[in-house]
Amino acid sequence: MTPNPASESVLFGKLSLAAIPLHEPILLATFAVVAIGGVAVLGALTYYRVWGWLWRDWLTSIDHKKIGIMYMILGVIMLLRGFSDAIMMRLQQAIAFGGSEGYLPPHHYDQIFTAHGVIMIFFVAMPFITGMMNYIVPLQIGARDVAFPFLNNFSFWMTTGGAVLVMMSLFVGEFAATGWLAYPPLSGIESSPTVGVDYYIWALQVAGVGTLLSGVNLIATIVKMRAPGMTMMRLPIFVWTALCSNILIVASFPVLTATLALLSADRYLGTAFFTNDFGGSAMMYVNLIWIWGHPEVYILILPAFGIFSEVTATYCGKRLFGYASMVYATVVITILSYLVWLHHFFTMGSGASVNSFFGITTMIISIPTGAKIFNWLFTMYRGRIRFELPMMWTVSFMVTFVIGGMTGVLLAVPPADFVLHNSLFLIAHFHNVIIGGVLFGLFAGIAYWFPKAFGFKLNTFWGTISFWCWTIGFYVAFMPLYVLGLMGVTRRLSKFDDPSLQIWFVIAALGAGLIAIGIASFLIQIYVSFRDREALTDTTGDPWDGRTLEWSTSSPPPAYNFAFTPVVHDLDAWHDMKKRGYVRPTDGFIPIHMPKNTGAGVVLAGISTLLGFALIWHIWWLAGLSFVALIATAIGHTFNYSRDFHIPASDVVMTENERTRLLGAGA
Amino acid sequence: MSSEAHAAHGHGHEPGHEEAAHGSMKGYVTGFVLSVILTAIPFWIVMGDVFREPATAAIVVMVFAVAQIVVHMVYFLHMNAKSEGGWTMLAMIFTVVLVIITLSGSLWVMFHLKSNMMPGGTHTMGAPQ
Repeated sequence: MTPNPASESVLFGKLSLAAIPLHEPILLATFAVVAIGGVAVLGALTYYRVWGWLWRDWLTSIDHKKIGIMYMILGVIMLLRGFSDAIMMRLQQAIAFGGSEGYLPPHHYDQIFTAHGVIMIFFVAMPFITGMMNYIVPLQIGARDVAFPFLNNFSFWMTTGGAVLVMMSLFVGEFAATGWLAYPPLSGIESSPTVGVDYYIWALQVAGVGTLLSGVNLIATIVKMRAPGMTMMRLPIFVWTALCSNILIVASFPVLTATLALLSADRYLGTAFFTNDFGGSAMMYVNLIWIWGHPEVYILILPAFGIFSEVTATYCGKRLFGYASMVYATVVITILSYLVWLHHFFTMGSGASVNSFFGITTMIISIPTGAKIFNWLFTMYRGRIRFELPMMWTVSFMVTFVIGGMTGVLLAVPPADFVLHNSLFLIAHFHNVIIGGVLFGLFAGIAYWFPKAFGFKLNTFWGTISFWCWTIGFYVAFMPLYVLGLMGVTRRLSKFDDPSLQIWFVIAALGAGLIAIGIASFLIQIYVSFRDREALTDTTGDPWDGRTLEWSTSSPPPAYNFAFTPVVHDLDAWHDMKKRGYVRPTDGFIPIHMPKNTGAGVVLAGISTLLGFALIWHIWWLAGLSFVALIATAIGHTFNYSRDFHIPASDVVMTENERTRLLGAGA
Repeated sequence: MSSEAHAAHGHGHEPGHEEAAHGSMKGYVTGFVLSVILTAIPFWIVMGDVFREPATAAIVVMVFAVAQIVVHMVYFLHMNAKSEGGWTMLAMIFTVVLVIITLSGSLWVMFHLKSNMMPGGTHTMGAPQ
C-alpha cells in the first residue's frame, strides 16, 4: 500500500523525530518565534484568568455575530502566514540570479508557493468572506441568528481545524510541494511519497466540511428567515450575492471533496484514477478540480461585489442604480461560472471546438460583470459622494478590477492563452482580480461594518495609509509580472539565468514591501482605533446614514439583534423606515427565544483534526479511535435537549432602555 | 416572520410549522415497493443476461437508475412543485442542470482530448496533412 511500510511503526505510523525540521534554520527560527508568541498568549490568558470567559462567551458561542468575528480573526492570522510566504518568494526571486541559488532550496521554495496559494484561498479569502456573510446576512434580513446556529459554530471550527493542519505541517513534517491544486501525477504517491500532499488533502477535507455546511446554513437562513415583507426583490444586494455565493459553495464543494477523495484513494489504497499507469488519467483530475475551482473564484468575488454595492449606495446617498439588473447579473454569473472551467487548461489539447466554446463562454461572463461596474458608476453619477475609507476602496477596486478583467478576457482567447499559459502574466492576472476585487472588497466591508460590530469607527489616518500602500503596492508588485509574463517567464521558478529580468523582480519585491506596510498599517489601525475607542464611539448605531436593516439596531447589536422583528415595505428597508418617520418602540418587550451555547462544535472539530493528523501520518489505531469518537460524539450531541433558553423580558427592557438613553444622549 | 417563527428554529419540530408534507404510510410503502421492483429488474437483466449486448444492458440499467432516482425524490424526499414555495423544485432544477453540465462537459472534454492527444486518435492536431 505504502512505498516503504518498513519505516512505519504501529504506534506512531510514519511520525518520528526526523519529521521535525531541525536542519532548516528558517523553519527553526519561525518555530521559535511562534512558540514564544504562543506561550506568551497562553500565559497572558491564564494570568488575566480569561479562559472561562473565552470558552463560554466566544469559543462555544453560537451567536452568528461572534462566529463572524472569529472567522475574521482566523482570516487575519492566516493572512499574516500567507503573506510571509509571499514575501519570502518575492525575496527569493529577486536575488536568485546569475548563478545565485537564493536563500531557499528548491524543495522548500516549492512548499512555500503551494502553502501560499492554499492558505490565501482556503484560509484567508474563504474565512473572510464567510465571516462577513455570517455577521451581516442575518442582520440585513432582520433575523435573530442563522437557521442552524450550532452548525454555524461547528463549521467555523472545522475551517479552523483545516487551518491548524496546514500550520502544523510547518513544524511537523512538510507541506505539499505540488502547487496549490496538487495536480497528479506529481501529487501521486510515486512522485510525492512524503506527507506533504496528505497534509494538503486532509486540511482541505476538514475545512471543506465546514465550508459546505456553512453554505447550507446561509442558504436556509436567506430562504426561510427573512423579515416579513422582505421579498426576494427587496433583499439587500449583499444578501443576494451571499445567496448566490453559497449556492455555488453547495453545488461545487462536493466536487472538490470527491476529487480529493479519489486522489487519496490513489495515494492510500493503490487505486489508479489519476496515475500514469493502469489506465488512470491525470487530466481527469485537472478537469474535475477546475469544475470546483472556477465556481470557487466566483464564490469569493460575488460577496465582494455585494459589499461594493452596499458601500456605493450608502456613501453616494442614493438607491443603487439598476437594482434588478444587479440581481440578474449576479444570477447569470452564478450559472455561467459552471460553463467556463476549461479555460484553465486550454493547452491540455482538447482541440479547437472545445477550446472555442469555453473561450466564448469566458468572454460572455465578463458582460454581466461589466454591467455591474456601470451600475456602480451610475450610482456614483450625481450622487453626493462621501469619500470615507470604504468608498476609497471601492473606487480603487473599480479601476484595478477593470484592468484585471481585461487581462482575463485576453487570457480567454485560446491562441493567446497558448502563449501565456502558466506564465507570470497569469499570476499577475489572478492577483489583479483577487487582490483588487476580493481583498479590496473585504477591506471596504471591514471599514464599513466595523462600527456596527464594535460600536466605534476605525481610525481614518492609518486606514488611509493602509489603503494607499495596498493600492500602490499592488501595482508595483504585479505590473512587473505582466511584463515578465509577456516576455515568457513561467511561474513557480526558484532561480533565473537571464540577468536582464532581475530588475523586474526587484521592483515586484519592493511592491510586496509596500503591501507589507499596508498590512502593518491595517493592524496598527485596529490597535489605534481600539485605544481611541472613546473618541471614535458611535452611539446611534447608524454612523454612515445607512440604508439597510443592520443599521436600525444598536452597535454592537444585542444578542437577539432586533427586539421586534422589523417589517419591510421597500427596498433599502432602513432608509425607507427613516424616511417615513419610524419611531423605535420603547416598551412592550417580550421574552426572546434563543439557542444556547454548546462546546460540541469545538469537540467535534478537534476530533476531526486529530483524525486528519492520524490519517496523514498513517497512525491507524488513532485514526480508527478518533473516527469512532467522532461518530459517538455526534450521536451523543443529538441527545442534548437543553438547546434553547429565553432571554427574559426584563433583560430585553434593560438592554433597550440603555439604547434609548444612548440615543437620547447623542441627540 | 414573527418571533414564534424564530423560536421554531431552535426546535425544528413544532407541530403545524412544517410546510412540506411528511408523507404517509401509503406513500412510503408505494415508494418502497417501486424501488424494490426497479432494483430487481436491472438485477435480473444482468444476471439473466437478457440482452446479449452489454452496451444495451448498460443503457437499460441506467434508464432504470434514473427512474429509481425519481421514485426516491417523490416518495422519500417528498419533492413536488409546491413544497417550500417552489424552492425545492428550483434547487432540484439547478442541481440537474449542473449535474448535466458536469457530466456531459467532462465527457465531451475528455473524449476530444483522447481523440486529439492519444496515439491512434481520430484527429492529429497540428500534424502534417
